[in-house]
Amino acid sequence: MGKIAVIDYGMGNLRSVWQALEHVAEGREVVVTADPAVVAAAERVVFPGQGAMPDCMAELDARGLRPAVLQAAKDKPFLGICIGLQMLFEHSEEGGVPGLGVFAGQVRRFPADKMVTADGSRLKVPHMGWNQVRHTRPHALWEGIEDGARFYFVHSYYVTPEDPAVVAGTADYGIPFTCAVARDNIFAIQSHPEKSARDGLALLRNFIRWQP
Amino acid sequence: MALAKRIIPCLDVTAGRVVKGTNFVELRDAGDPVEIARRYDEQGADEVTFLDITASSDQRDIILHIIEACASQVFIPLTVGGGVRKVEDVRRLLNAGADKVSMNTAAVQNPDLVSDASAKVGSQCIVVAIDAKQTAPGQWCVFTHGGRNNTGIDVVTWAKDVAARGAGEILLTSMDRDGTKNGFDLALTRAVSDAVAIPVIASGGVGNLQHLADGVTQGGADAVLAASIFHFGEYTVRQAKEYMRDRGIEVRL
Repeated sequence: MGKIAVIDYGMGNLRSVWQALEHVAEGREVVVTADPAVVAAAERVVFPGQGAMPDCMAELDARGLRPAVLQAAKDKPFLGICIGLQMLFEHSEEGGVPGLGVFAGQVRRFPADKMVTADGSRLKVPHMGWNQVRHTRPHALWEGIEDGARFYFVHSYYVTPEDPAVVAGTADYGIPFTCAVARDNIFAIQSHPEKSARDGLALLRNFIRWQP
Repeated sequence: MALAKRIIPCLDVTAGRVVKGTNFVELRDAGDPVEIARRYDEQGADEVTFLDITASSDQRDIILHIIEACASQVFIPLTVGGGVRKVEDVRRLLNAGADKVSMNTAAVQNPDLVSDASAKVGSQCIVVAIDAKQTAPGQWCVFTHGGRNNTGIDVVTWAKDVAARGAGEILLTSMDRDGTKNGFDLALTRAVSDAVAIPVIASGGVGNLQHLADGVTQGGADAVLAASIFHFGEYTVRQAKEYMRDRGIEVRL
């Protein structure tokens, strides 16, 4: 059985992602790596991210990892998490930087004027906490996870895909937004499955078993 | 649909064990921290908070090992506080596997710590813990050094100050209620949650499930923290959530 590579481009601590994957890996080896060759040889790839997207893009390129990420997104089971979802898009309002362009669309900040609840109280940005994830279509990674199950989110920006067919999940925070996209061998999610208790672990386990 | 109100079991840790006291004194042993955290995760806790109440600095590393062990088995956000004095302390705890770090006395002594730490690691990782004691009707003062030292600082003023400095969350403990099982100080909780736009975690005094619900509905808290009602098996986290759900509070079940 091949390795599961967690791509490390130097932005923050990947311990939680690695540990959660190890927990559900069923004997497969999970490696945290900055080596493009290890990414290329892996059976499946996890692309996490935290911090600001401009920094993430810069660090990814500084380590020469862009080609390896783009290649993996073409030919093996690929899971984007949080900024790892956002980086797959064409452009982000955060710092006005281009992303990897794997998906057509923009990354936008939660609009300040929409950050109110029905009873008029103000919603804080970042969107942080346990929110419901709605499945917009069946997917192998949703297997065994209830539609509307709560996942743990921490983010201020969200993706707006041009092609509605790639949307796999949505959530609501002042506005409805896309929180998961999927196409062929790629699944990417805004929330943190590694911090989302049993449902998060179920999603990671589904990813490890996934045969797209 | 909105964010779920959170239930956060709190583990006071010293010398590698979970303990629980009354009014900040008289400690009772409540067990192994990793085992307890795991049990709460299984019961549906939304987060677990560890407070390192170890007095001596040479035992500080024990908490790092506990967090490391915990982060390998518990897959929900972990908050750690106690003895955090420098941005470097914040980093060490985050690297050990904490998702948020809480600071108390050091933030009062050096408010720039709040600004510096949130600029370095992000507001979402920084919690300011406030130990509050009523000094006059409708007025509370900030206490430090585990509740021994009255700073004379008004709690609401301090809460606004740390929010402006980039704290992501406030953990608000009523020293008058802590360990009493008489319920949260709801007036205190309401005063602080009305004053700041960041989430407020109510703490101190929970004796039953109605107290938890009151913290949200009357105190305006975004999260409720409790220790002894969970540690000694009176209630499970799941029971607490079902109780809150039945009263119209959104929770993760």
